[in-house]
Amino acid sequence: MKITCDEATKICDKSQYGEASLWEKIKLNIHLFMCKNCRLYSKQNKIITKCIHSHEHNINETCNCLNEDEKNVMEKELETHL
Amino acid sequence: MESTKKNILNPNKWVQLHADYLFNYTISRISNHDLAKDLVQETFFAGLKAKDNFKGLASERTWLISILKRKIIDYYRKINSTKGKAEVKMNFYTDGEREGEWIEERVPTNWDNEAEKSIENEELNDALNRCIDNLPEKYASVFKMKTLQHFETEEICKELDITASNLWVIIHRARTQLRRCMEDNWFKI
Repeated sequence: MKITCDEATKICDKSQYGEASLWEKIKLNIHLFMCKNCRLYSKQNKIITKCIHSHEHNINETCNCLNEDEKNVMEKELETHL
Repeated sequence: MESTKKNILNPNKWVQLHADYLFNYTISRISNHDLAKDLVQETFFAGLKAKDNFKGLASERTWLISILKRKIIDYYRKINSTKGKAEVKMNFYTDGEREGEWIEERVPTNWDNEAEKSIENEELNDALNRCIDNLPEKYASVFKMKTLQHFETEEICKELDITASNLWVIIHRARTQLRRCMEDNWFKI
C-alpha cells in the first residue's frame, strides 16, 4: 500500500492522461493524504496540464513543413545517387 | 509473374510526391526540423539502395514509410543509449534509505500567483515552448507524442520500441522537469 514520492508523482503524471488504474489511484490518494509535497505537485501538475491544453494549438506550430529550397537540395542529393 | 506487379518505384519523383508526407510523419515523432529532414533524406537513399527488394505489393509511399519507421526507431535507440550529458536533474533520491523521496531543493514550492499566471496568453505560450524545448531529446519525443499529438500509449511503444513502463518513467521525468522549469521561469516570477 505504501509508495514513495517518486512512485506517487509518477501515478499522478499517468493520471493526467487518464491512464492510471483504480488501484494506482487508491495508492496515490493514500499517499497524498499524508504527503504535503506530493499534494502540491499534484495540484501544480493539473495546472500545467490545463496550460498545455489551452495552448496546444500554438505549441511548436512554427511551420512544420519543408520549404522549396530544402526540397530542391533533397532532389539534387537524390539525383547524385540515382 | 512480372505482369502481376501493380506498383513500381519512381525515384525521380520521390521528393516531389512524398517528401512532404514523410516529413510530416517524421516531425510529429522527432520534433527537430533538421533531424527530421535528414531522416527523410536518408530514407530516400535507403530506398534507392533497396529498390530491387521492392515487390510492388504495397504502394511506393507505404514502402517508403516502412523504411522511415525503421530509421525513427534506430534514431530513438541511439539517443537513448547515449548517456545523456543533458540528463534531467534528478528530483528524487535514487538510492539509500531515502530512495524515492523528494530531494530537498527539488521539492515543489507554492505558486502564489497561479490564478493570474495560468490564464495569460502569449507569454505563457512562450514560457511553455521554452520549457518543452529544454527537455532532453530522449524525453521530448515521447512527451510530445503523448501530450501534444495524443498518440495512444500502445502506439508510441510500438513505434519507438519501448515498454509501457519505460514510457511512463519518461513521461514522469519529463513532467517533473517541466513543472520545475515552469516554476522557475513563469509561476515564481
